[in-house]
Amino acid sequence: MKPETLLLLSMVIILMPLLSFTVIIFNQKRLTKAGGVVGSIFQGLTLLLTLVVAFTKLTTYADAGMIQEVIEWFSIGNKTIKLGLGLDNLAAIMLVVVNLISFLVHVFSTVYMHGDKRFPRFFAYLGLFTFSMLGIVLANNFLNMYIFWELVGVSSYLLIGFWYEKDSAANANKKAFITNRIGDFGFLIGILILFANYGTLIFDEVYAQIAAGNIPYDSGAWLTAAGILIFAGAIGKSAQFPLHVWLPDAMEGPTPVSALIHAATMVAAGVYLTARIFPMLTADAMLFVAYVGGITAFLAATIAITQNDFKKVLAYSTVSQLGYMVLAIGVGAFTTGFMHLVTHAWFKACLFLGSGSVIHAMHESMHHAHNHDMDPQDIRNMGGLRKTMPITYVTFLIATLAISGVPFTSGFLSKDGILAGTLAFAELSGHWLLPLSGFGAAAMTAFYMFRLTISAFHGNAKTDISAHTKENSWQIVGPLVLLAVLSISFFYSWNPFNAGSGWFHDRVKTPMTVVPAEFQFDFMMPLDAHHGEVQMAEAHGEKAHSHTDAEEAHSHSHGEEAHAAHTEDAHGEHQAATKFEEQMHHAHIPAMIASLLIAGGGILFGFAFYQFKVFNADNLANLIKPAYNLSFNKWFIDEIYQASFINGTINLGRVISWFDLKVVDGAVNAMGWIFKKAALAIGVFDKYVVDGIVNFTADATGFFGALLRKVQTGKVQAYLALTIIIFMIILFMAF
Amino acid sequence: MGIGLEHFLVVSGLLFALGIFGIITRKNAIMVLMGLELILNSANLNFIAFARYGGLNIEGHIAAIFVIILAAAEVAVALAIVLNIYQNYKHVNVDEINKLKE
Amino acid sequence: MTEIFGVGLLTAITFLPLLGMIVVLLIPSGKDEASKAASLNLFRWVTAGTTFLQLILALVIYSNFDFALSGVNQAETFQFIEKVDWIHLSGLPLLGDLNIQYFIGIDGLSAPMILLTALISFVATFASWSIKKAAKGYFAMYLLLVMGMMGVFIALDFFLFYLFWEIMLLPMYFLIGIWGGPRKEYAAIKFFLYTLFGSVFMLLVMVALYFAAGSFNLIDMMNPNTFKEGALMLDPTWRLIAFAALFVGFAIKVPVVPFHTWLPDAHVEAPTAISVILAGVLLKMGTYGMLRISWPIFPEAVKYFQDYIAFLGMFSILYGALAALGQHQFGQKDLKKMIAYSSVSHMGYVMLGMAAMNTEGMAGAIFQMFNHGTITAMLFMIVGVIYDRAHTRGLEDFGGLANKMPVYTGVMTIAWFAAIGLPGMSGFVSEVMIFLGAFQSYIWYTVLAATGIVLGAGYMLWALQKVWFGKLPEKWQGPWDPTGEVYKHDDINGIELAGLVPLAIVVIYLGINPAPIVDMMNTSVNHLIEFVKVSGQFASVGL
Repeated sequence: MKPETLLLLSMVIILMPLLSFTVIIFNQKRLTKAGGVVGSIFQGLTLLLTLVVAFTKLTTYADAGMIQEVIEWFSIGNKTIKLGLGLDNLAAIMLVVVNLISFLVHVFSTVYMHGDKRFPRFFAYLGLFTFSMLGIVLANNFLNMYIFWELVGVSSYLLIGFWYEKDSAANANKKAFITNRIGDFGFLIGILILFANYGTLIFDEVYAQIAAGNIPYDSGAWLTAAGILIFAGAIGKSAQFPLHVWLPDAMEGPTPVSALIHAATMVAAGVYLTARIFPMLTADAMLFVAYVGGITAFLAATIAITQNDFKKVLAYSTVSQLGYMVLAIGVGAFTTGFMHLVTHAWFKACLFLGSGSVIHAMHESMHHAHNHDMDPQDIRNMGGLRKTMPITYVTFLIATLAISGVPFTSGFLSKDGILAGTLAFAELSGHWLLPLSGFGAAAMTAFYMFRLTISAFHGNAKTDISAHTKENSWQIVGPLVLLAVLSISFFYSWNPFNAGSGWFHDRVKTPMTVVPAEFQFDFMMPLDAHHGEVQMAEAHGEKAHSHTDAEEAHSHSHGEEAHAAHTEDAHGEHQAATKFEEQMHHAHIPAMIASLLIAGGGILFGFAFYQFKVFNADNLANLIKPAYNLSFNKWFIDEIYQASFINGTINLGRVISWFDLKVVDGAVNAMGWIFKKAALAIGVFDKYVVDGIVNFTADATGFFGALLRKVQTGKVQAYLALTIIIFMIILFMAF
Repeated sequence: MGIGLEHFLVVSGLLFALGIFGIITRKNAIMVLMGLELILNSANLNFIAFARYGGLNIEGHIAAIFVIILAAAEVAVALAIVLNIYQNYKHVNVDEINKLKE
Repeated sequence: MTEIFGVGLLTAITFLPLLGMIVVLLIPSGKDEASKAASLNLFRWVTAGTTFLQLILALVIYSNFDFALSGVNQAETFQFIEKVDWIHLSGLPLLGDLNIQYFIGIDGLSAPMILLTALISFVATFASWSIKKAAKGYFAMYLLLVMGMMGVFIALDFFLFYLFWEIMLLPMYFLIGIWGGPRKEYAAIKFFLYTLFGSVFMLLVMVALYFAAGSFNLIDMMNPNTFKEGALMLDPTWRLIAFAALFVGFAIKVPVVPFHTWLPDAHVEAPTAISVILAGVLLKMGTYGMLRISWPIFPEAVKYFQDYIAFLGMFSILYGALAALGQHQFGQKDLKKMIAYSSVSHMGYVMLGMAAMNTEGMAGAIFQMFNHGTITAMLFMIVGVIYDRAHTRGLEDFGGLANKMPVYTGVMTIAWFAAIGLPGMSGFVSEVMIFLGAFQSYIWYTVLAATGIVLGAGYMLWALQKVWFGKLPEKWQGPWDPTGEVYKHDDINGIELAGLVPLAIVVIYLGINPAPIVDMMNTSVNHLIEFVKVSGQFASVGL
């Protein structure tokens, strides 16, 4: 298969879900029953194509870098706005993740959403979402990224608010969209900085310019700012602190949506974006990213411990895990960060779909018992589901083990790598808080996940409802099994204790930074920097020229290939391109041991508290009441935002409205009033003074006329007398 | 001192003034007509006087004769009007004949 | 093809509505119920037909438009030119020769506006369907208004421009004042006085320029080298004053923030179709006037005031957005008023893009003018739909309409997200273009302005939630019209869709492929920037 064919197929892959959306949305009446099947078929075809494309890319073209095509969207003046499509190993893997989970969710939803009055529309929205998400995955430039970034935001909005009759759902989707918009604002500004300086938004072209030493406004601070601002988009989308608040609320959406969008794919888009901009992150930007990730991982884990809603626990766990990935990329452990994205996608989707399975079963059971008041998502109403729903239980347990980082699961491989990365980073840079938060979050993750599993599945049924639950049909259970299987480590590496030997690390290589040495950690620079730095810059510069001059705009760029080749040349079989990678290699064993101990400890405590009741959780909660309250109330972050930003903005809006109505409009009306009064005054003046003068003249004339009229007696004699008198007067005057 | 032009002129002036006085003050239309006659005759007197002393010669005489003829005609017409007025108003008081005003 | 039946295309497209108006006036209103209804229908269809023909003509113009010609200050590169001496008086006291020409033509700046005007006039006809009162007068006025609008965009003679500008005021005044809402008189007078206030400034500047250039020809006015010796408009200070005066005149129409308060009142009180026209076309006249007149005639003043204009643009964006947000909590909580303020915000983008003085910003500004026209027209029509049924527009009075009116909700979603600036819709493209341009000139203003996209999402989605999501209030549970005479079913009807769907298609199509409009103005925008920049520098050195 030629590279062009691969791209063409990728294009088809993107458009298939859009087609699904269009077909279903305009035929809702006709597809009230069949909507699910139609959607699933479209998605199934997409998945098949994806497998072909991804397999080809990862085998035949594994070292080909990014296969890409750039098209001109439109041109303004002498600048052309370009869009494009790019397929590299990262994108190929993401394609599989997105389409497989999307397909499983489609199948799952045919049963889960059965009987909903907007059943076909749900699948239409799923199609729209998948389309947008694939657009992000296959973007080779920031503009595409931003466009589809917004589109996933909308599909997420539509899906969170799918049951919009509920006020909580309508609030949650609004909150999600607006919070994301805040992040997108940063993303947009970051894009603007790049465009203003480079006139292009294609990844490779931008990086080539940076590598050539052309940095924004000739200042490292602006480069850092660009990186951080674009990362702000990821903060919003991947629910990183401080914009993480929307994700737990987003659980108002149907559970399959939570699994697809708010656990596995869309929220991972932020991480994907951070991975894409990795080469241009400066030292400061990387630290920022790492700390945001670290804080998020830790903070969310502390909150997850005390939540009682099944999905809320999973939501905070997602936030925490996303924090891990971001942390990983921030410290430079690019490959493991991305690997965690993939492994997390499988087991978190499994957990969410498992929770969907449980909730569905609880619902059915409630339906049979004619009980409509109970909260089917509260873990305090569950218990003992292990016996009634064995398959769900087993798959859920496997996923829980994976997320806790137990050996032989995929989670172990990726989490271990991340922790090694943070350790290595801390040793080289002295930022020890990062591994600390990483290990702390790992311990808490193991603890709260087992708290959840034990409370829901183990022990005895706490309510009648949970006692009468039944295992669901194959459409629900099938996806669970598949996802649980994918959470086993052998899919990534034959050696369960070293991911580095697997295919994944071979295909996904850390891209070399393009940031000038003065703005980058020296341990992130290529090891042969002492003699190769200048050459590299020159090479990049030349490439940029040849790219624009000799080759057409849509020719295949060899950006990544160049990096890869560079790495190969420098170190041959060692594979360590930077000092950091070397250090990470050394940190591997201590990190593994520490993480094993910590995960084991977390699990142990989980069992001690909830299975064997060695300790009483309530007593402990009472003992550390303030800490418990802080965690239970999510650190009051929502309340703080409500009181500060949200109310602040709304009140500002009120003040402006008041100002507009009373002051600006008031001024206008006052002006009107003044003019009216002035007009009145002039009217008075006109009536009495101007008119007065005129009338006076007339009156005076009339008066004299009346006087003279008296002379007109009608008597000839009088006339004659007058004539003579006047004649005589004239006579006298004349002489 | 012989009788000269001045004497004639003074007499005619007096006659004229008397005529005007008569016209303005008399209420009876007949009396007004008589005032008119006085004025005409004062003019006649002037013509004759100027014919004798002022060099008008024959023209003055002719003019005087014209005036006498005119006065006769005028009196005839005027009396006819007065007669008509009398027939309308049953009096010839000029003060009350003020239709000219209207 | 520049002529049709021996009449110039531009003349035809401009005066066609006048013809329609005469036809409407000739149709009797009818005496009894049946004939009244019949003639009402006739009025509607004559208007729809006239505006449809106009749209066809606009498309003919589009297809014959040469994208490579620049226009702006080169009379010979304008297209579809018609030039006839109109009023020519010689030997007047004081004035000397008075020379007014019927000089019309279009370039890349006005061509998109022609398309927009034709499109909006056509779809707004369908929004006029619910007008029953004095329908003859309404449709006659409507067509007169359409003529005035079209005239403004084709005029190349300042006097002609001014004439059309004023012609359009009059029907607008009556359309708001007679067919408007409860406070219509107030709104109509406010609108009229505000605009007239601006016109006075324009008139003064026009006369001053006339004395300098010796004709009302806009192209001549752009070349100060031909100005008469010692003319006032050669004095640098007076030129700045003239620019400022002209700017105020146009800014009122845009409206830029301190001059904007006529807009919420006019929008709220005007009938739906007139709100659509007002937002869709009339606001564009202000910014169009700046591009056609202020910018090329006073390039050095643009340079001088550039920073302030950018600031005003940024300020309008934020002020409008916050005021729109405030409508949720303050005052009558009127949906239409909120959208009116969103217009202020969106027109702020245009100002920002124009102040940036680069091709991205300027092209973005013109494109945004077009897009704001189509998108806001949709928004107002959507509000009109529920207002016609429920006779209220209160944000708090609704809820759960999504279930009652699903198709309506679908169309609404398109309009709403287009207004928020969702990619795939035209508004996104123009906003991004403006940001790309503005950022190169004004980093911090652009950063502040970009917070508008967050606020925009805030007030729009909040309104969406309040009106369409949640539960339907008790009072709207039943059908809108129990008799079934006016509204056969609860959802949006065919006539309303006929107005909304073409706009939705345009919005989405241009969002995916903006080239048809962007390419059209590219040459002109380039030339305008080039010209203003070069002569702006020239002017600051000498003159």
